[in-house]
Amino acid sequence: MNAIEPRPGHALAAGTPVVILKKPPEAHCRTPFYLRGVKGEIAEVRGCFRDPSLLAFHKPGLPMRVLYRVRFKQKDVWPNYSGGPNDTVVADIFEHWIDPMPGAKT
Amino acid sequence: MSTSHGTHHHDHDHDHDHDHDHDHGDHGHPHAPPAPDDDDHYDRYEVLLQTAIRQLLDEKGIITADELHRQIDYQDSLTPAIGGKIVAKAWMDPEFKKKLIADPLKTINASFELDITTPLDLVVLENTPQVHNVVVCTLCSCYPRMLLGIPPAWYKSIDYRSRVVVEPRKVLAEFGTHLDDDVEVRVSDSTADLRFLVLPNRPAGTEKMSETELAELVTRDSMIGTALALNPKA
Repeated sequence: MNAIEPRPGHALAAGTPVVILKKPPEAHCRTPFYLRGVKGEIAEVRGCFRDPSLLAFHKPGLPMRVLYRVRFKQKDVWPNYSGGPNDTVVADIFEHWIDPMPGAKT
Repeated sequence: MSTSHGTHHHDHDHDHDHDHDHDHGDHGHPHAPPAPDDDDHYDRYEVLLQTAIRQLLDEKGIITADELHRQIDYQDSLTPAIGGKIVAKAWMDPEFKKKLIADPLKTINASFELDITTPLDLVVLENTPQVHNVVVCTLCSCYPRMLLGIPPAWYKSIDYRSRVVVEPRKVLAEFGTHLDDDVEVRVSDSTADLRFLVLPNRPAGTEKMSETELAELVTRDSMIGTALALNPKA
C-alpha cells in the first residue's frame, strides 16, 4: 500500500452520490472526458496519492489528493446503452474532480 | 534507474507515451491530421522520439545502455503465469483469498517469495456469479505489469480502449465471452494510480484438481476480464 489515509472527516463516504465536474482538463488529466458531468456514487476511498497532473511535470505532486473509485450506471454514462440493466463503469477519480450531489452528506 | 524500482518507472513511462500518442495537437500536419488508427504515423513518430530520448539519457549517464537492457530483460521475465498461480491459490485457500483482496501486493510477495515494489496500488477485483469485472485504461494503457508483464497489443489498441466502456458485452462476445443479462458487467477504467487484477470465477467441475492443474486454467485474458477461466476439458 502506497496511499496515505485521508485525514478523518476529509473524504466522502462510500455510497455518497456525486457528480464529476465538467471543467477544462489540466495537462496529464486523469479524468476521462466521457465521465465529465456524469453522476455516480463513491464506491470506495482508495487513500491519498500525489497529484499526477503535477508529477508529470517533475513537481512533487503536492498537495496529495484523495483518490476514489467512483461507480456509474452505464445508462447514466451512455443514455442509449443497450447492454444489461445492471452494468456499470467504475473509474478512479481524484477529489478535485468530484462534487457531492446537492443534499448529499459529506 | 535501479532494477528494483524499474517496474513502476516503466509503467509510468509507458502511460506517458500513450497519452502523447493520442494528443493530436502538434504533429505539424494541420491540414491532414492522422486518423487515430494511422499506426504507421505513430510508429515513425514514436520510434524517433524514443531513440532520441534513449540516446540523450545514455550520453548524459542518466540511464546507461546496460541498465536499459537489464530492465528490458526484467520486464520480459514477468509473465501471466505468476498471476495464474495467485488465482489458483485463491481458489483453493479462502484465507489466502481474504488476505489477497485486503492487501494484494504484500500477500503476493509473502506467499510467492517475490519482491515486487511499485508506487502503484494493486487491486484485486473478484468475480462472482452476479458480477463480471473487465479492465481497461481508456486514457493510455495502464496494466498490472508488475504481475502480468507486457500487455497484449489489443489491450493498447484504440479499438479496445474506446469500445469496451461503451459496449462491453459486444466486445466480450468477440472474445467468445457471453454473459447473462442479469449479470452486472463492471468495467473498471484504470485511470490513475491503481492497477487491477481480475480474480475469475473457478470453473465448474474442477473440485478434484490440484493447485498446479488449476493454474493452467487461468489465462491472461481471464485476469483482464475479457474471458473466463478455461473449462477443465476444453
